[in-house]
Amino acid sequence: MDWLMQPDTTIEKFLVMLFAIALFALVMAAVLVLVDRPSLPRWVAAGGYLGPALLLIVMGLLIPAFMTIRNSLYNNSLSEFVGLENYVTIFTQDLFLTVLRNTFLWVLLVPLLSTALGLVYAVLVDRTRFEKFAKTLIFLPMAISMVGASIIWKFVYEYKAKGVPQTGLLNQILVWMGLEPQQFLLNAPINTFYLIIVMVWIQTGFAMTVLSAAIKAIPDETIEAANVDGATGMRLFWQITVPSVRSAIIVVLTTIAMATLKAFDIVRTMTGGQFDTSIVANEFYTQTFGRQAQGIGAALAVLLFVLVMPLIVYNVRQMRISEGER
Amino acid sequence: MTSKTKRGIFVALSAGAVLAVSACSGGATPAPGGSTASGGTDGSATDCAAFESYGDLSGKTVTVYTSIASDAEAEPHIDAFVPFEECTGAKVEYEGSREFEAQLPVRVKAGNAPDLAYIPQPGLLQTLVKENADKVVPVGEAATANVDKYYKEFWKSVGMVDGKYYGIPIGANAKSFVWYSPKVFAEKGYEIPKTWAELIALSDQIAADIPADDTTTKPWCAGIESGGATGWPATDWVEDMMLRVGTPEQYDQWVNHEIPFNDPTVVKAIDQAGSILKNEKYVNGGLGGITTIATTPFTDAGFPILDGMCFMHRQASFYQANWQTADPDAEVSENGDVWAFPLPGESATPPVLVGGEFALAFRDAPEVAALQAYLTSPEWSNAKADATPNGGWLSANSELDPNKLVKPIDKMSYELITADDAVVRFDGSDLMPSAVGAGSFWKEMTDWIALGKSTQDAATAIETSWPKQ
Repeated sequence: MDWLMQPDTTIEKFLVMLFAIALFALVMAAVLVLVDRPSLPRWVAAGGYLGPALLLIVMGLLIPAFMTIRNSLYNNSLSEFVGLENYVTIFTQDLFLTVLRNTFLWVLLVPLLSTALGLVYAVLVDRTRFEKFAKTLIFLPMAISMVGASIIWKFVYEYKAKGVPQTGLLNQILVWMGLEPQQFLLNAPINTFYLIIVMVWIQTGFAMTVLSAAIKAIPDETIEAANVDGATGMRLFWQITVPSVRSAIIVVLTTIAMATLKAFDIVRTMTGGQFDTSIVANEFYTQTFGRQAQGIGAALAVLLFVLVMPLIVYNVRQMRISEGER
Repeated sequence: MTSKTKRGIFVALSAGAVLAVSACSGGATPAPGGSTASGGTDGSATDCAAFESYGDLSGKTVTVYTSIASDAEAEPHIDAFVPFEECTGAKVEYEGSREFEAQLPVRVKAGNAPDLAYIPQPGLLQTLVKENADKVVPVGEAATANVDKYYKEFWKSVGMVDGKYYGIPIGANAKSFVWYSPKVFAEKGYEIPKTWAELIALSDQIAADIPADDTTTKPWCAGIESGGATGWPATDWVEDMMLRVGTPEQYDQWVNHEIPFNDPTVVKAIDQAGSILKNEKYVNGGLGGITTIATTPFTDAGFPILDGMCFMHRQASFYQANWQTADPDAEVSENGDVWAFPLPGESATPPVLVGGEFALAFRDAPEVAALQAYLTSPEWSNAKADATPNGGWLSANSELDPNKLVKPIDKMSYELITADDAVVRFDGSDLMPSAVGAGSFWKEMTDWIALGKSTQDAATAIETSWPKQ
């Protein structure tokens, strides 16, 4: 049975995997069969169903979360208790203030821009002949991984000296127009906006899809009634469409805001957080694993958690409300 | 057993099984290339005389974990274990990982440490030893004797932690080189500079020779972009300058933080690097202005030399492999398309900045000690050289036969670092605590170039970030 604990070949690894899955299914089936009897009290059944999942949540989520909070109150080698010193550092040192400023810009701009663009696009292509094709175009970036998108955009922004053939699309366009090539990713603070564009490019598709579905759910009678009352164009958009999909807009905004807070790949891939472009999620990784600054890293993780928390609560409540409406 | 307790047991079992499954999937993923070495040297030809002192180690396994992950570089390492395996019967399992620096501390803390780890940053080795005093094993007697015999004192001192010997030298590389085109130099009548003053005079002469309407061509080209490690080539520049502006003793004090990072000598060294890197007249040949240094990948930064838009590029010996990427026909030799001269110092023998890996043991067993002894012996260095037909590798072992080093630049490096009067110092950023050596030093040097931060401000910011004891 040596191969079971130390599989070497691909076949052995697959066998171990199948064995593990079978064992899992068997044990779960046994538990369910045993607890699912009418003669037993209800809490036994509930415990049998919930127990394994709860245990995993405690092991995989709660304990690490508490350890992170604890670590954030210790120094960088976790050997000494320092109280709130790490948090003081985060909110006073220039490096981290830049990180916080950038994170604020990201969370403000990405949800607003993606939702606005997605909404306008959804309205414009709604019930047109080429709707499906147009939507596919905007939705495609969603299917590309964040790292993939970052690499694509890194090429778009690539800079070569004046006089040398350009390899970056944007700089080639600038050169055709007779302008100087720009170092898009280097010049702070504008470089943060060039990174934000990538995230907007990815998230607009998501916003467009959800909002388009919400727009289609507006009853025809409502639109017709508005038309009869003389509302068309901009007025129809602001006074009928937007209020009707309000709860969907909020869900989209908060979902994208959460995704943005956690965004790590774009910054990591495109600038590595250099040139004043770092954001909390990236800085947390750099501090913890690059600089072995465990305390500061944990404090950044806690900060991220605190920032995401209200968004999640609000998002869940909004989803309940919008579900209640249907 | 009542039916109630039975139920409890089953619930517990099910949870246990789930955990076991997840534990399996984590633990049972052996390394790619983790299987033992095969092929390589011909078994019958191996002379086992030198291996007798290791004894019979049949059935024993030693795991080796390294940052050397690409097949081209890992395979020679695996092949070089073959004589050891054939003569002692032990098995060596080699695992290379690109996430080595982040993973090794995790594995050690989780009680899943390898038997031997090749650590390229002595600073990380120091941290690991200090934080895991009960898990690391000092170097065995045979290996220590080997290091004393075959390596210069300097190579042993790097592996010492608080007076105890932990890290044995594995590979080595020399960093203080300036790449140039021998053809272009011959054509223009430029001479290889022997002192720092001559280097600056040559840079001025090249700058003066470039036609006024050519704004792209410059004497120097440089690039420090390296993903998450952006900035490290600039720290190499500063270290090289520190060896030239200050004494070797001052260099050691600087690395050990016995003088502050913003000490006047350090500031002077950074400024001397700046006299080239932040000089509009000198950089950045074929790539743009000064700030392009920050965004140009270090892998590509020397390429303008091949196009005649740049004349000199300071980079380590390993850069030889990069020339083929730019031009598969480029010949790297003294009279070829590209070649390198040692970065000059104040005197005739220039100081050399070196890098290399050091192996740290995590298991106290005869087979691990035997492998350490083998790795420090001339047999290994020569077997490794034989197993590396494409070059790009050397060790500082005094018994390594330089004729086995196929690349001329490797031979030159070997002669430089083993020369009797050579001032050799290890890459400072790799010796500093990771918060500085893999953190603020990289970042501040990047800001110093990209955002025009002043030398004093950058040095002070690094000083502030130095971890307090």
